[in-house]
Amino acid sequence: MRVIVLAVAVLALFSGCGERAPSDGIVTIVFKHARMFGDDPVPRLVAAFEARHPGVRVKTEALGASSDEQHQFFVINLEGAGGRGAGFDVVMLDVIWVPEFARAGWLLDLTDSLAPGELSGHFPAAAEAARWNGRVWALPWNFNVGLLYYRADLLARHGLSPPRTDAELARAVLTIQAAERDPKLEGYVWQGKQYEGLVCNALEALWASGTTLLGPAGEVLPDAARAEAALARLRGWIEARLSPSWVSAADEELTRRAFGDGRAIFLRNWFYAMDLFEDPGSPVRGKVGVAPVPRVTDGVPAPGATGGSLLGVSRGSRHPEAAVALARFLAGEDAQRVLASGSVLPTRVSLYSDPALVAKRPHMPAFRDLAMAARPRPVTPAYLMLSTSLQPEVSAAVVGVKSPARAVAAARHQLEHALSGLQ
Amino acid sequence: MAVPFVAPAVLVLGALTAGPALWVFWLSLRERLPVFGVDRFAGLGHYAFLVTDARFWSATRVTVVFTIASVALELALGLGLALALRGQRVGRRSAMSLLLLAWALPGVVTARVFEWLYYPAGGLVNVALGAQLNWLGSPALALPALIAADVWRTMPFVALFCYARLLTIPPAVYEAAAVDGASRLATFRFVTLPLLGPVLLVTLLFRKLDALRAFDLMFVLTGGGPAGMTETLTVYAYRSLFQTLRLGFGSAIGVVVFVLVMLVAAAYLRVLRRQEAAA
Repeated sequence: MRVIVLAVAVLALFSGCGERAPSDGIVTIVFKHARMFGDDPVPRLVAAFEARHPGVRVKTEALGASSDEQHQFFVINLEGAGGRGAGFDVVMLDVIWVPEFARAGWLLDLTDSLAPGELSGHFPAAAEAARWNGRVWALPWNFNVGLLYYRADLLARHGLSPPRTDAELARAVLTIQAAERDPKLEGYVWQGKQYEGLVCNALEALWASGTTLLGPAGEVLPDAARAEAALARLRGWIEARLSPSWVSAADEELTRRAFGDGRAIFLRNWFYAMDLFEDPGSPVRGKVGVAPVPRVTDGVPAPGATGGSLLGVSRGSRHPEAAVALARFLAGEDAQRVLASGSVLPTRVSLYSDPALVAKRPHMPAFRDLAMAARPRPVTPAYLMLSTSLQPEVSAAVVGVKSPARAVAAARHQLEHALSGLQ
Repeated sequence: MAVPFVAPAVLVLGALTAGPALWVFWLSLRERLPVFGVDRFAGLGHYAFLVTDARFWSATRVTVVFTIASVALELALGLGLALALRGQRVGRRSAMSLLLLAWALPGVVTARVFEWLYYPAGGLVNVALGAQLNWLGSPALALPALIAADVWRTMPFVALFCYARLLTIPPAVYEAAAVDGASRLATFRFVTLPLLGPVLLVTLLFRKLDALRAFDLMFVLTGGGPAGMTETLTVYAYRSLFQTLRLGFGSAIGVVVFVLVMLVAAAYLRVLRRQEAAA
């Protein structure tokens, strides 16, 4: 008897959780997002949204810390629930997941809910990552671009200007290291550990060498010779001692700390690192400049890869109108202005020249040009397959256990097999 | 008559182990990519690809090398530690608690600790050695560095098992050996070691099965790199299953791990049974 009572009580508890539309007509939607660093602006934004939409209440739920955990959470919940009633309505998505989730049928097609030109206020690379198959599946929310940080004080002391090409970068490293005589001062640090960050570095190298990972018809590494040159370039930085050998195990944080402690002249990293370099206690405060990642030669552009996140609406949402309204509100200019006053960088171009924001974050105008020229990682539902197949091969080239030619051939073999299952 | 009594155990075991195992095996015979709406029978296609897959063979080699090296070192050092602990007069209790600390830490925490220790510039290991070694980023050092971390973490487990057995060996046995004029080495070789045998065997089995499924250290510290040289089979399976949602292919790798583990377990069980029969 007692067991039955308990079971009924438990059932009542769970059915209460699923209840979304109580009798008073108020609709509750769930916003699943990654925690923001520092002063979290999400509660303020949600309160502003609720003030404008009296019938809607928003519940925010934080996701796990790492991108891997978040992806796994979504995959299990969205796939497990067959896209229906997964327990959340608006989701914060890493830029590389949008086509995958759209292809899987987990996201609501937002195309018809948007005003004409609604995406035009965002950086082109951010808007490109929101589209797949000619439809819009998410709204750009925050942004990151790979760029070159340099020690402006050291360059100035030795009469050098920020390097635009590999040759200039090499000359700057050798000149400064010879003159400073500091054995702890490294040259150019970047991310060479076998993980997603390495793929961003490799993509930038491919683009700077004038080729891509996926050709226009979806062919893998269409220009093998240029791809080999791109990998040889990464390895070459280590062999020429322009980069320390430990970059082969370095991620964003490791390299950011080395540069932030004043132990490197150049750093490839994302926008977000700048705020940390400009912290009051930072040893490199006021000494850091930003430039595009170096070009191989003057003629070929070298765009930075983009990161950041977008907002999508779960196709299983029971209140799609309210969910779409929340996503559009959060991606809007006013909400992004609030975000940008914290530690996040917005996807809206106009905010990078907003006087109040620029006063608070003086580096924003410099980021604007870099973001305009940036390029997203391949926008394909198979992105994670491409990336995880590519990582060991690029890493093999970086540490020198495979020649660039062998690494490219092996990467092609792996990627073609991964993609063959999709047909 | 016995059926109602056995039924709960059979049902629970069936639901918790046999069921999922069979399901994974069945999945491994399919090409299932939920993102792309692909779900079709693939027969032994995944296994056929694995035979030709350099990444799979590399992961198998890494798994086997990691298992043999880490378990051998753990056993040798753990046994040494247990003997030292027995010989220790004071502070046994605090030594035990310190030992257990390493074992009690969650794997991911251990991995983070070692990330700091192996930090290339100013990491404790490099400072202590006065060297500038690229522990986690060089092909020659990455796997040994992970093995060292695993040995540090699980040696206490072995030490504890051995120590517990050592305490139960009656002093009379040693007195008899001393009367016979056995040297310390001979006492260890002909008295202690044979008496420790069964415990060592069980510990070896536990550790081997654990090491064959090694995941957290490489996942956190190296991501399987550099060049896939620390990628174990379970890391490869995880990447296929959860990161890229190739459910069929990932399950095939899972089945291989399962078979490996079962083979090792079966071999040990046979040895154990033979010992019991002999005893």
